[in-house]
Amino acid sequence: MQAPETRTARDPLVIAGRAISSRLLVGTGKFTSPEVMAEALDASGAEIVTVALRRVDLDSREPNLLEFIDRERYLLLPNTSGAESAEEAVRLARLARAAGLSDWIKLEVTPDPKWLLPDPVETLRAAEMLVKEGFTVLPYIGADPVLARRLEEAGAATVMPLGSPIGSSRGLKTRDAVAIIVEQAGVPVVVDAGLGAPSHAAEAMELGADAVLINTAIAVARDPVQMARGFRLAVEAGRAGYLAGAAGPRERAEASSPLTGFLGEGG
Amino acid sequence: MIEITVNGKRRTIAAGATLGDLLRALDLDARWVVAELNGEPLEKGRMTSVVLASGDSLELVRAVAGG
Amino acid sequence: MSFREHLLELPVDALVARARDASEAEVARALAAERRDLFDVAALLSPAAEPFLEEMARLAHRITVQRFGRTIQLYAPLYVSNECVESCTYCSFAIRNRIRRRTLTVAESVAEARILTGRGFRHLLLVSGEHPRIVPPEYIAEVLSALHTDVPSLSVEVQPQTEEVYGEWVRSGAEGLTIYQETYDREVYAEVHPRGKKRDFDWRLETPERGAAGGMKRIGIGALLGLSDWRLEGIHLAAHARYLMRRCWRAFISVSFPRLRPASFSIDPPRPVADRHLAQLVCAFRLFLPDLGLVLSTREKAAFRDGMIRLGITQMSAGSRTEPGGYSAPEETGKQFEIEDRRRPDEVSTAIRRSGYDPVWKDWEAALND
Repeated sequence: MQAPETRTARDPLVIAGRAISSRLLVGTGKFTSPEVMAEALDASGAEIVTVALRRVDLDSREPNLLEFIDRERYLLLPNTSGAESAEEAVRLARLARAAGLSDWIKLEVTPDPKWLLPDPVETLRAAEMLVKEGFTVLPYIGADPVLARRLEEAGAATVMPLGSPIGSSRGLKTRDAVAIIVEQAGVPVVVDAGLGAPSHAAEAMELGADAVLINTAIAVARDPVQMARGFRLAVEAGRAGYLAGAAGPRERAEASSPLTGFLGEGG
Repeated sequence: MIEITVNGKRRTIAAGATLGDLLRALDLDARWVVAELNGEPLEKGRMTSVVLASGDSLELVRAVAGG
Repeated sequence: MSFREHLLELPVDALVARARDASEAEVARALAAERRDLFDVAALLSPAAEPFLEEMARLAHRITVQRFGRTIQLYAPLYVSNECVESCTYCSFAIRNRIRRRTLTVAESVAEARILTGRGFRHLLLVSGEHPRIVPPEYIAEVLSALHTDVPSLSVEVQPQTEEVYGEWVRSGAEGLTIYQETYDREVYAEVHPRGKKRDFDWRLETPERGAAGGMKRIGIGALLGLSDWRLEGIHLAAHARYLMRRCWRAFISVSFPRLRPASFSIDPPRPVADRHLAQLVCAFRLFLPDLGLVLSTREKAAFRDGMIRLGITQMSAGSRTEPGGYSAPEETGKQFEIEDRRRPDEVSTAIRRSGYDPVWKDWEAALND
């Protein structure tokens, strides 16, 4: 558990013992071209960048994504997207590791093709298996505080609750549940999915999330590079607001019938 | 000649061919491809020198854009 | 990470310094903050916060009503033995003291419990001195098994055990574990525990975690106020409670605030804690951890307890006897400490009602019993 009292002025995000320079994680999907993606990654200031694994299409030629991502600069975080069961997720994670991509894995198990909502039971099962195999597991989950605790107990390096369904750009609809997760978590909380505008990211960070992961909102913006910069600033703004400790309305003591009257003066 | 399965499709290759030979034939750059042979991932370092056998089932996978 | 390790990472010296010399601005920040950390707790415990006690009390009152409703849960201690091999300087049970020693038979424990359930209690706390031979884990398990059909909620306050023993006790019917660190000040701890197994500070410090790992559903911690600087105790207790609430999340965590009183068989409190300071401590805890149980026992005077009801307390004992067998046959010798609130349980219950609160004898019971 990272106690708030142990924070240093530099305030890095620490995942599985590794200091990460940016609290904005960025996905690489849905960009119009790999060149635009590379430029947007640069503008975002992100250190962690997610990629997916897919079967090679033997009948067509596609550009190789990894040629556009500087592995010296970015930490690649492969995901298990496409997995519909724990076993499939584990299989994808093993492939990612064998490929030399990373033994960090963003665990996604989404049997529901419409909303791509994560399956809590399979996700927990997969996390248990992957932790046993030595993976650093970052699970994508619904904003369920008990599931978050179970995953933390299972050894997950973070929990990544969704703000709203993936790609929906509806913002932090799970605000109250995320607040509970943040209050209870002993591992970093990364709000993933559904954040559609920089203000959404700032809201999540102000609430005390340790980081956010953004993909669609940047990739499909009219100007993805400008939007990446917007998210970078919003994440920094939200974090600063959180650390500064917003003051609530201050209660004023009323003279009539004081609660501490029974104590007397000297006490 | 022997028959193997690559990404779900049957394919005939020369007996004794390595995975490296196959990738060259498919015009795939080994740097960007991961292989799973009969359900087991192949380590990057030794991948291209693996000799394929009749009936092998091969999955070729690569990193793509994703969130 | 254990609490012992967690504590090593915390800036304890800076926190204690803040608790001694916080500025008024730091107190104002702590009062207005939406979320509070241990530096805020320190500010709320500081002398600079004393003029704001009424404001703290109002906030604490509002939070407590919101989270717990207007309820006070009642419990009674059931002393099963005053045999003890330890030498704690502040305790009447210490081995040096020539008091009448007694360990209840299982049947006598049942008789005591029946008296208490007859008075309305459904939460009992089994208490014993620390004597591994005369009061072994098997004895406690036997008493638990005998009581748990009659008593819905049983907690245990005896010497620290292993996780395995706690597991056994849970299977025998225990639901809660109470264990006080006595003092979080290591130097003072060594002074007041000159001999014996209890000298092992860290073994005791990690006991609540072991209890939760063993399946205990209620974990109570505390410090004996008056042994060391109450502000230092407050910082450590707050850190400990927060740690347990996060780490042992299946358990309900509560903190007790027992004040050491001058007594015939023990030292006088070297650092006595004033009423106002105890009130400040309780309010600061409520402001820091809205869902934490806060316990005030019959060690405190009736008028003080009645006032504290509205400041955040959620659990109280009533009509307590601190000598084994004291409910069946009250005795003057063999008590652990003198109680100050001598009202009967029904009188305490009436006083709680008069304050506009509900006395709760039983708020929870396991859905299924083995």
